[in-house]
Amino acid sequence: MADNPVFRSGLTLAAIAAICTALVAFTYQLTDERIAANDKAWLEQSLQPALSGLFFDSGVSESIVTIPAPHALPGSDDAIIYRVYSGELPVAALFVVSARDGYAGAIKILVGVDIDAKVTGVHVLAHRETPGLGDRIESNKTDWVRQFDGRSLGDPVAGNWKIKRDGGEFDQLTGASVTPRAVVKAIRETLEYFDANSAAIFAAAADAADEVVE
Amino acid sequence: MTTPTIIDRFKTGLWYENPGLVQLLGLCPLLAVTSTFINGLGLGIATLAVLVMSNALVSATRRWIRREIRIPIYVLIIASLVTCTELVFKAWFPALDRSLGIFIPLIVTNCAIVARAEIFASRNSIGSSIVDGIVMGTGFALLLIAIGVFREFVAMGWMLAILPPGAFFSLALAIAAKNAIDKRRREARSSALPRRSRLINR
Repeated sequence: MADNPVFRSGLTLAAIAAICTALVAFTYQLTDERIAANDKAWLEQSLQPALSGLFFDSGVSESIVTIPAPHALPGSDDAIIYRVYSGELPVAALFVVSARDGYAGAIKILVGVDIDAKVTGVHVLAHRETPGLGDRIESNKTDWVRQFDGRSLGDPVAGNWKIKRDGGEFDQLTGASVTPRAVVKAIRETLEYFDANSAAIFAAAADAADEVVE
Repeated sequence: MTTPTIIDRFKTGLWYENPGLVQLLGLCPLLAVTSTFINGLGLGIATLAVLVMSNALVSATRRWIRREIRIPIYVLIIASLVTCTELVFKAWFPALDRSLGIFIPLIVTNCAIVARAEIFASRNSIGSSIVDGIVMGTGFALLLIAIGVFREFVAMGWMLAILPPGAFFSLALAIAAKNAIDKRRREARSSALPRRSRLINR
């Protein structure tokens, strides 16, 4: 049997597969901790824009709630909420939601809402809007998203949570109204969700700590 | 046949048989990530590392590998090495990993690597295969860097250079430039011959 070429080929393959697997497993062991730390640092860095002016002492990425797909928040994916505390007191909730009606696919945005239901900050995480037009919603291109800071459902009143072209109160971007309209709508829907569910959001049990959140 | 010196090997990898310019291998990552210098450098180094390690491993195991199973074994070795490289990038160069995205795992599909395993490493000693990995990998990396620098520079005045069509234009220009240089060299060499033999050549 040992002389059977098929048997020997199989054995060679199995041996090399085992060596390769060991190599990958070893590298994984070596890099695992650093990768987890990098992911966490990256996440906390990307949440910063929605945290300005807040007093909190909890690790931002530590108290996470995932709302599974059919939900009242904007977006058709699972929504992620990062809860921020000062001691035991809830301070704010950061929502990662997506505006579905942008010009080109979903616009993923981070909306921070403090305990008084005011917007703490908005940051565009990912989008595929037209370069030079719709992409001015990015905070490193223009200050457009800053106009939402401190706003809430009563300010402006519900009927005016629109861009100016639609008779609302918020600036649009010259040459692009689809993108701002979608973002304004997503923020308003997030505030409405927070208004209706804030107690439940802060009361919910956090996701398992070892779950990796992208 | 004389054994080629290290310098000859480098000339081969960097110029005469440059994987990107002459063999036209690995064009998918070459065209996709070369929008900036840093992306070209990152992917160039990652590809170089995978190529050197895969050449070494393929060469080290060449005595036990039967012809019929060599391709699955190359795939296994290359895929494991790419996974390791990806983990190392994620751990030590997270920003670069984010900007290269899917193209680090996609090194698996870079035909330049499997081609060197098949053409060279499976027939030569470990030392020689490592040298081959270094020269071919450097040739590929330098091309990635050159195109990255060129596109980033041109994009300051001409937006198209940074968009996908710019990649095709840049590669075409690089290949044309190489061919033009080779042609001039050939002509220079033939005109350096004595006059009589030039007449005969005509």
